[in-house]
Amino acid sequence: MAELIALSPLAGHLPLTVGQFMLTEAYLGPIHSVAPLPGRRAALDAALLAAGLVFPAPCEIREGTGCRLVWAGRDLAFLMGVAPTEAVCAAAAVTDQTDGWAALRLAGPGIADVLARLVPIDCREGALPPGRAARTQINHMPGLLLREGAEAIVLMTFRSMAATLVHEVAEAARRVAARD
Amino acid sequence: MILADEGALPGGRLLAEGTEVDGRAGHVWAAEAAAELAALPNVRLMTRTTVTGAYDQGTFGALERTGLHLADPGDLPRETFWRIVAKRAILAAGALERPIAFPMNDRPGIMMAGAVAAYLNRYGVAAGRRVAIFANNDGGRRLGRMLAAAGVEVAALIDARPGQPTEPGFAVHSGAEVIDTRGRAGLRSVTIREGGTTREIEADCLAVSGGWNPSVHLTCHMNGRPVWNPEIAAFVPAEGAVPGLVSVGAAAGVFSTAGALAGGIAAADAALADLGRRASGMAAPRAEDGRYEIAPLWSVEGGKERAWLDFANDVTVKDVRLSAQENFVGVEHMKRYTTQGMAPDQGKNSNVAALAVLADATGRGIAETGTTTYRPPYVPVSIAAMGAGGRGAGFAPQRFLTSHAASVERHAPMIEAGLWYRPSYFPRPGETTWREACDREVAMVRGAVGVADVSTLGKIDIQGADAARFLDFVYTNTFSTLPVGRVRYGVMLREDGHVLDDGTTARLGPEHFLMTTTTAAAGLVMRHLDFVHQAFCANWDVRLISVTEQWAQFAVAGPKARALLSGLLDQPVDPAAFPFMACGPVGVMGVQGRLFRISFSGEEGYEIAVPARFGAALFRDLVARAETMGGGPYGMEALNVLRIEKGFITHAEIHGRVTAADAGLGRMVSAAKDCIGKAAAARPGMVGPGREELVGLRPLDPAAELSAGAHFFAPGEKPVRENDLGYMTSVCFSQIVGSSIGMGFLRDGRSRIGQTVRVVDHLRRTDHLCEVCNPVFFDPDGGRMRG
Repeated sequence: MAELIALSPLAGHLPLTVGQFMLTEAYLGPIHSVAPLPGRRAALDAALLAAGLVFPAPCEIREGTGCRLVWAGRDLAFLMGVAPTEAVCAAAAVTDQTDGWAALRLAGPGIADVLARLVPIDCREGALPPGRAARTQINHMPGLLLREGAEAIVLMTFRSMAATLVHEVAEAARRVAARD
Repeated sequence: MILADEGALPGGRLLAEGTEVDGRAGHVWAAEAAAELAALPNVRLMTRTTVTGAYDQGTFGALERTGLHLADPGDLPRETFWRIVAKRAILAAGALERPIAFPMNDRPGIMMAGAVAAYLNRYGVAAGRRVAIFANNDGGRRLGRMLAAAGVEVAALIDARPGQPTEPGFAVHSGAEVIDTRGRAGLRSVTIREGGTTREIEADCLAVSGGWNPSVHLTCHMNGRPVWNPEIAAFVPAEGAVPGLVSVGAAAGVFSTAGALAGGIAAADAALADLGRRASGMAAPRAEDGRYEIAPLWSVEGGKERAWLDFANDVTVKDVRLSAQENFVGVEHMKRYTTQGMAPDQGKNSNVAALAVLADATGRGIAETGTTTYRPPYVPVSIAAMGAGGRGAGFAPQRFLTSHAASVERHAPMIEAGLWYRPSYFPRPGETTWREACDREVAMVRGAVGVADVSTLGKIDIQGADAARFLDFVYTNTFSTLPVGRVRYGVMLREDGHVLDDGTTARLGPEHFLMTTTTAAAGLVMRHLDFVHQAFCANWDVRLISVTEQWAQFAVAGPKARALLSGLLDQPVDPAAFPFMACGPVGVMGVQGRLFRISFSGEEGYEIAVPARFGAALFRDLVARAETMGGGPYGMEALNVLRIEKGFITHAEIHGRVTAADAGLGRMVSAAKDCIGKAAAARPGMVGPGREELVGLRPLDPAAELSAGAHFFAPGEKPVRENDLGYMTSVCFSQIVGSSIGMGFLRDGRSRIGQTVRVVDHLRRTDHLCEVCNPVFFDPDGGRMRG
């Protein structure tokens, strides 16, 4: 039987090196939205705990074994890396978001200066340290930011906007690199 | 800490005045201080950066000249517009020297005394060979000494104040004023009046100082009004005018270097204390601490020639007096009457002098007259700087379908639908117009099978025990009765009773629905649902999230649609088990997908959805299979024809001013339940006779081409606004009907079916008679859709 070939959102766009910055596609594994349903919060917490996870507070990233649970908005978290267990699905509204997001990893010294050109919130390490997430804008695009390290961050936006995401981040990186 | 300075080097007037600080030249001390700051990890020096505005909560705008000053800026932007959020701010913006309005004061060679000093001390340039100085403060004498010491001939110091001491290096005229100037291409001489006599003094440069105006602008950006300080004859910032901001130095009316340094240190200490930090206890460097001696002089009386106040807008003393005479006595009225202070001036050069002249003309004090309003930005900010490189295709995000590359390979012209790019039509060799391609694609769908990417439609996943109840609340019709595995068409209203959007919603499970929205209203509907949830039923057991981007979805429509899909799906489609408006999970070559039996074309239609990573591959596969069956891809043009022939509406019809009843969907508003907008839709005027109702239009002359935007009139009536009966919303050429057809809103339209209306497009100058008909032109019973 013929097979459908899968294409990642940023296939053909990345990797890219701009000055001291590396732009690569971030492969985050399966992504599922987990929205706790009213009255089932205790069941959800128990189900998550069984997987070694805790539902994140606003802007938090909770790391588990081979997975992470990322705060993604009001009463909403994204489970990345593994599929949710049946117990999680029973206690929360779960949707598959794996294919809905383009994820770009920006790495290099001075990424906060690049982000300052694109993102309206303070992305310096003091305000957005490793292990924190932020739901914000990437220029005119809706964005979810995952701070991974002092010199690495993942920028996520809608899959259909992948080309613009690369264009915007590369352009901002070029402008910052030109200052050196 | 951020230190923003509009200059290329920090230091302000220390770079221009030859003042000493701590026993060193001012510019040396400034350079050392800047180097010390630059070496600190927590300090950011932003030179060539002008703070342009003060906004709420410690937010400031700033414009940086990044590459603008460079011959080859490389990849640097010309300018960078910054938004700075600061817990505390210290404004040390300095002061602006002000001119004196004397007759013929706009001749080349007449400049500000501060500019002459800066030329001399900073750039080593003599502004003239023989420089005269006209001042009403001690700055004039100071400049004279600097010039003389540098070997520049000083023609005279003309000091407006009486009783000034003499000076060894140059002549001093006390209580004197400049009353005229000469020189065609540049200044040659000035005429002064001293006591009762006049005399002419040769000079090719006249340095003028009327005193200094503190740069209060930023302190006024949040409606603060500056306060008149008669001691320095200037406005100073009102305390606390911008929360968290303190003015120091010349900006606060403190004109000595020692005073500025002491004020800066005190303000920094206070700011640190506010933030719970301790200052290091820096001692103030030694510097001059002279008194600022000034006697106000705004304009020189008695000259015959014009005396300019605003050099940019050519506003003279006489203009301001005329304004007062014409009863434009308020300072804002005077500004509008004369244009004084507008455009490039922005109150920097001429404001205080002009309002002083106005105060004099109206017999009021300066404080009472007040200033005009200082608004941001402090300097002109280019739109390009705020756009930050967003130009051309980068102006807005571009949303591309997974089928984009395949469509472009087939030379489909892509048209923008919101931020999306969608194929207009798929031309084949030999086709020379879009109509040929469109007609072929329509015939292909009606006769065989067509494939179209419909992923742009919004998809909202709704789950929870109250999901059905929630849908009943937002849709006019009922969804709680929808069985699992079935799809229903729904209409939702805004709170004001007009149609917000329409679309289908599938029940995937007992507590699980998938709503589709139109492309145009996808974001709008998501926002509306979020609002309804949060504002009206926050405690309901329901959760919403967009899954638009997760799924690539393709319409497969036509008599051979089922055959095409059956070759592709892991299980063939069984029409008995999967009737019209069925939905369910399917395997697509081993991939978990979803199948919906819905139709926007009037043919037996399906929409097949797979996770977006498989979208590109599935589209190519579907198109290849369709082509072996006499079908192929179809674009937006054909899609539009297919839906108009069926009387299906889009946002061309539900454009925000129509009710469900207007659109012919009145019966979809359930009488058995309430819903958002239902009460408002029943208001007087929203119902009853006189409403414009959706109808179909067919020209009496089959060769006539209808156009959207045309208006309806009764035959025999003049086609003028007063006789308007409605308008055309959508048109197309229908091969099945054999003519152009249209949809539109006609006053009491449904009762006019069978009658004739005149359709006039004033813009395109067309005028046709049309038969009013049912908007469903094709297969009104829907037999083809149901298969």
